[in-house]
Amino acid sequence: MSDRLTVSKTYKLYLGGAFPRSESGRTYPVTDARGRFLANAAQASRKDVREAVVAARAAFGKWSRATAYNRGQVLYRVAEMLEGRREQFCAEVAAGEGVPAKRAAALVDAAIDRWVWYAGWTDKVATVLGAANPVAGPYFSFSLPEPTGVVGVLAPQGSSLLGLVSVLAPVIATGNTAVVVTSQDRPLPAVTLAEVLATSDVPGGVVNVLTGHTAELAPWLAAHADVNAVDLVGAPQELRAELERAAAGSVKRVLRSAEPDWTAEPGITRLRAFLETKTVWHPMGV
Amino acid sequence: MTWDYAPAPESRAIANLKPSYRMFLDGQFVEGGGEPLKSVNPATEEVLAEVSTASAADVDRAVKAARRAYDKVWGRMPGAERAKYIYRIARMIAERARELAVLESLDNGKPIKESRDVDVPTASAHFFYHAGWADKLDYAGYGPGPRPLGVAGQVIPWNFPLLMAAWKIAPALACGNTVVLKPAETTPLTALVLAEIIQQAELPPGVVNILPGAGDVGAELVNHPGVDKVAFTGSTEVGKVIQRSLAGTGKKLTLELGGKAANVVFDDAPLDQAVEGIVNGIFFNQGHVCCAGSRLLVQESVADELLAKLRTRVSTLRVGDPLDKNTDVGAINSGEQLARIKELVASGESEGAERWTSPCPVPEKGYFFAPTVFANVSQAMRIAREEIFGPVLSVLTFRTPDEAVAKANNTPYGLSAGIWTEKGSRILWMADRMRAGVVWANTFNRFDPTAPFGGYQESGFGREGGRAGLEAYLDV
Repeated sequence: MSDRLTVSKTYKLYLGGAFPRSESGRTYPVTDARGRFLANAAQASRKDVREAVVAARAAFGKWSRATAYNRGQVLYRVAEMLEGRREQFCAEVAAGEGVPAKRAAALVDAAIDRWVWYAGWTDKVATVLGAANPVAGPYFSFSLPEPTGVVGVLAPQGSSLLGLVSVLAPVIATGNTAVVVTSQDRPLPAVTLAEVLATSDVPGGVVNVLTGHTAELAPWLAAHADVNAVDLVGAPQELRAELERAAAGSVKRVLRSAEPDWTAEPGITRLRAFLETKTVWHPMGV
Repeated sequence: MTWDYAPAPESRAIANLKPSYRMFLDGQFVEGGGEPLKSVNPATEEVLAEVSTASAADVDRAVKAARRAYDKVWGRMPGAERAKYIYRIARMIAERARELAVLESLDNGKPIKESRDVDVPTASAHFFYHAGWADKLDYAGYGPGPRPLGVAGQVIPWNFPLLMAAWKIAPALACGNTVVLKPAETTPLTALVLAEIIQQAELPPGVVNILPGAGDVGAELVNHPGVDKVAFTGSTEVGKVIQRSLAGTGKKLTLELGGKAANVVFDDAPLDQAVEGIVNGIFFNQGHVCCAGSRLLVQESVADELLAKLRTRVSTLRVGDPLDKNTDVGAINSGEQLARIKELVASGESEGAERWTSPCPVPEKGYFFAPTVFANVSQAMRIAREEIFGPVLSVLTFRTPDEAVAKANNTPYGLSAGIWTEKGSRILWMADRMRAGVVWANTFNRFDPTAPFGGYQESGFGREGGRAGLEAYLDV
C-alpha cells in the first residue's frame, strides 16, 4: 500500500450548473451499508429547493426547444462520460448499496445502457405518440407530445445509480427539466452523476440535484407552484397521500407507480408521464 | 468596381486520398476478382485512385459471409447491443466528417459546402437515429417482436455516395439484417472509408460487405439466391429491370427511382424567398437529385417578374472548383452524364423552348454545365417529361390551382413536389392533391432521418427514414 494520503471529495449540491453547499450550511454523514463513515453530504433546505426550481424553470425554454436530435446527442454523451468513470461508480455503488463488486458493475453497466436507451427516444417519441387526426372536415389536424415543464423527482431510496438514472433520463429526454431529491442514505453516486452531467453538454439547470432528508424536502417540492409534475417513486410510504394532496394545489401531474425492477427494460411509461399532448388545427382549401 | 471572390479552396490533403482502395468482404479489405476501376475527379478529369471490383465469385463469398454473420451473430444479438455498434459508426463519421466531405467532393464533384454541410452530417445523423431504433422495434407499430429479413443486397447511385450508403446500411443494421452493398462505379471512395469506420467500430465480420463495381456486379448481387431483400436507388429504367428479374423469387424489394418534381409558385408567394427555394430545388448538387424541383410551375400573373428575378439570381451562382468554399455549382459527375444533359438541352431548343444559360465563367477542363433555365416549355416537350438529372430548369405556367394540380401530377413519376404560397390553407389543399411522396411547402430539398422519403408511381416504392422506413427491413 502506498504511503500517499488520498484527497477526499467534498460532496455538494448541483444547482443551475454549479456545485454549491447548502445555503443552510448543514451536512449529514453518509455511511456504507455496514454503517462505516463514507463522507458528509450537503443537507439541502427549503430555500435550496426553491433555488433549484428557479434554475430548472430558467433552463426549460432552451432545453425544450432544442432539437430532439441535439437532446439525443447530449444524452448519448452522458453515457460516454459515465462509461469513462465506470470504476468510480462501481466503487460508490458497491459501498453504498452493500453489493459485491460484480453486482455493482452490472448495475453501473445497466445505468450506462439506460442513458443510451433514452438517448434513442428523444427523436422517436413524437412519431410513436403523435398522430395526424383524420377529422371529419376540411381541416388538417395533428397532435404532438410536448414536455410538461419542471419535474420534481424523488429518486428511489434503494437503487442509488441505476434507479436514479431510470427516473431522471426519461424526464429530460423529452425536454423537461428536473429537480431531483436523491436517495437519502445513498446520495453519493447522484453527486458523482451530477459531475458527469456537468461535463456532458447538459446545459446548467436542466438537472438539479439535492441531497438531504427526503421527508423534509419532498413537501416543499410537491407544493411548489412552479413545478409542473412530480415523480413520487422515492417518497416515504407514509408521506405519499400528503404529497399527492400538496401536488393538487397547482394541478401537478403525479407519477405514483410502485418501484419497478430497475434492471428490466423500462418501456415508455416514464416518458409518457411527463408529456402533454398538443393538438393543432388548420383549414385546408384554396 | 467589381468585387471578386478570392479563391478559398479546402485543402485536398484532408481527404487522405490513397492510390488504391480495396473492397470490404467479411471484415477484411481484399483484392476483388473483377477488373479494377479508376475513379476520376470530374472537376479535373484526373484519376484519383484505382479501386478493386468484385467478380461473381466475390459476390457469392460476400453473400455467404453476410449469411453467416446473420445466422451466428447479428440476427440474434440483442437490439441494445446492435444499437451501440451503430452509435459508434455515427460518432466516427462525425469525427472524420471533414475528411469524408473533401473526399466526397473530389470523387463526386459536388461543392464542398454541400458535402460538408449536408451529405456528411446527414449521413452521421442517419446512423444515430437508426441506432436508437435497434432496441425499440416493438414500438415501431409493426406488432410485437418484428423480425429482420436476413441478408440485404443494396445498390446505390453516385449523386450522394456516402449519404445513400447511410440510408441503406443504417436501417438494415438497426432491424437486424446483414448487408452487401454496391456503391456506384464512379463514386466508390467514401463508401470504402465508411467500411474502414465499420471495421474500426468492431462490427462483427460479414455484417457489412462493400463491393465496388459496375452494373454487372449489381445485377449479380440482386439476383443472388442468398439475398432476402433488395434495395435499389437509381434510375427508373434499371428499377424496372430489377423488379422484373425479382418477380417470383419472393425477395422483398424497395425502389427509390427517378423524379420530375413540380415546384409550384402561386402569385401570393414571397417571390424572393421562392427564388431561393427554386434555385436550391434545381441547382443543389448540380441538379443530380432524384427529387429535384426540375419543373417550375408559375402562376401566369407573376411569371415574368419571377423569371426576371430568377435569371438575376442564377447569374450570381458560381460554377467551378468543388473544393472552393464559395462554389455553388460543382462538376457534373461524369462525361456520360454531361452528354445526356447536353442531349436533352438540345431537344429543348429544337422543340421550341426558350433557352437561357447563365453567363457565368465555366472551367475549361472537367465536366461542367452552366445553370440553364428554359421558358415557354410545354407539357409535351421532353424537357418537361424526362428526368435530366442536371442543372436545367423547365418553366411552365398555370392560371388556377386546379390547373396547377393537373400539370403537377401529369407525370409517371411522383417523388416530390414544392408549393410556394403565403396561404396555409392552400398549402394543405395542394399537398392533399399532389401525387408525390414528399411535399415541401415554402422550402425545398429538406432531408432528415426522422422524415420518411420515397416516391409514388414510377418513382419507386418503400420509404427511407422515419418509422415508415423500418418496414423495408422487417419481415412484416
